[in-house]
Amino acid sequence: MSAPAEPFIAHEMAADLPDVRRARALWRNPGVVFGVAVLLIILLLAIGAAYLANVDPILLRPRFRLRAPSAIAWLGTDQFGRDVYSRVLFGARVSLFIGFAVATIAVVAGLIIGLVAGYLRLLDAILMRVMDGVMAIPNILLAIAMVTLSGAGILTVIVAIAIPEIPRVARLVRSVVLSVREEPYVEAAIGVGTPVPLIMWRHILPNTIAPLIVQGTYTCAAAILTEAILSFLGAGIPTEIPSWGNIMAEGRQSFQIAPWVILFPGFCVALTVLAVNVLGDGLRDMLDPRIARGMDNLQ
Amino acid sequence: MGRFLAGRVLATIPVMGVVATIVFLLLRLAPGDPAAILAGDAASPEHIAEIRARLGLDQPILVQFAEWIGRLLHGDLGTSIISNQPVTTLIGQRLEPTLALATTTILFAVIVAVPLGVLSAWRHGTWIDRGVMTLSVLGFSIPVFVLGYLWIFAVAMQLQWLPVQGYVSFRQGFWPFLERLILPTLTLSVIYIALIARITRASVLEVLGEDYIRTAHAKGVGERAVLTHHALRNAAVPIVSVIGIGIALLISGVVITESVFNLPGLGRLTVDAVLARDYPVIQGVILLFSAAYILINLAVDVSYTIFDPRIRY
Repeated sequence: MSAPAEPFIAHEMAADLPDVRRARALWRNPGVVFGVAVLLIILLLAIGAAYLANVDPILLRPRFRLRAPSAIAWLGTDQFGRDVYSRVLFGARVSLFIGFAVATIAVVAGLIIGLVAGYLRLLDAILMRVMDGVMAIPNILLAIAMVTLSGAGILTVIVAIAIPEIPRVARLVRSVVLSVREEPYVEAAIGVGTPVPLIMWRHILPNTIAPLIVQGTYTCAAAILTEAILSFLGAGIPTEIPSWGNIMAEGRQSFQIAPWVILFPGFCVALTVLAVNVLGDGLRDMLDPRIARGMDNLQ
Repeated sequence: MGRFLAGRVLATIPVMGVVATIVFLLLRLAPGDPAAILAGDAASPEHIAEIRARLGLDQPILVQFAEWIGRLLHGDLGTSIISNQPVTTLIGQRLEPTLALATTTILFAVIVAVPLGVLSAWRHGTWIDRGVMTLSVLGFSIPVFVLGYLWIFAVAMQLQWLPVQGYVSFRQGFWPFLERLILPTLTLSVIYIALIARITRASVLEVLGEDYIRTAHAKGVGERAVLTHHALRNAAVPIVSVIGIGIALLISGVVITESVFNLPGLGRLTVDAVLARDYPVIQGVILLFSAAYILINLAVDVSYTIFDPRIRY
């Protein structure tokens, strides 16, 4: 065991240098800079929502129904007289939280399933058939069914959006495991009798990090979009919580007289998702050119 | 070829089985009493008991599963809790608008996206390429329904060129039918165009680096012929396969687009069922859409042999 240890350490140290260079190159990628900048601004708006808002986002003011954007109500008011600007600020919290939570759950669950499927040939066929089945169900419909059955709630919505995303992560991790397994250093580790958990931890897991960061970013973008769609269709988070999807759902009946109720939050969703997508593309170009956008990254 | 076909068709069976199992388990594994969930919040105990008996929820789960699969194989998708009509009948009534919208969207998307992708691969690195790719990222980022409302706002409300919402069957005249499908098609096809253009660009770009393209140029084949006959033809397999995979996107998009434009299709059926918690209908639509997705991708796989004669199974 001790004999191959030294060359491994030397190898890891040598690998540090390009990593540092890569990290610096990240900040020269316009996509990464744009994505991070926009997301930081939205994050600050979300954190400071309580201070930046003009009025209570759930305050009903029947006398101020459907007012156009003005100096008092910057983005207008909805059919209950609630201030769209204040609601959009608070909606940012919900969207960012859901994007982050779904990406985390999908990445962790997909990582575990992918590692198991890639390493234990016995379970591989079964797990991958189940993943194929989940992927064959259109994700919005699967999420709709889960929310309908479990009742609306933020946690339900997060789980319902995360589950259809898991197979993409699992497939990605599995493909990394299958290719890394063939590498000489892994065969060497198997040859000297390294226990499987240690091989996983030290040799296979590090190879999944770069693709997982990229995939996690795309998952986050997809989750923000899906939340907006689910809430818009009436199968999302409880209507009393001002999420971007909920604000837009309230604007449906009055769209022809008050289009701002849908268009402003819609712009926020599009901008946030665009920032996350552009960030993901930048990260992919820098970290992992193997992942092609599109084929396996449908929402 | 015959063996490949048989194998490929058989391979769809386990996937369909997994889909059916997931849909079956969703209701049974939901927290709480499934019959009470379906009956709604204000249901009487008798109503809950009636639903439980009607869906066979009082039987052992394996018996339920066997009976459910048996009915599925006979084409029985169950009965709506709200309208008491068979789900297959409800689906049949709503099929036309959805099929019409899906067809116009696929046609429009392919007609627009493939030339865009080829153009941006051909003019790789120029402002044309960057423009197409920027539009593609934008297309991935705008929620379908926001796009729909933008179209309604700009084209139907401000310019008043087209009707805002609604559907007219093609039996009542072709132009009224088409007129009401223009905005939904423009809405739904954007994300699909973004996807297909991206893949077309990537795969044509890869082919353009091949030796036979240089040979074709060297022997004096025209630019257009090189692009269409040599490059696009050889780049066809990934493009066709992404059109198949993109059907999943299209299905989710149909549900949303139909609600924005008030088209009485399967998407509206789904959304109405969600609001009424009519689970048998939701379940039937999921099964139908999943089966359509699996079968379309089966057809796509088989079509590879036509597009690329090198692929022999």
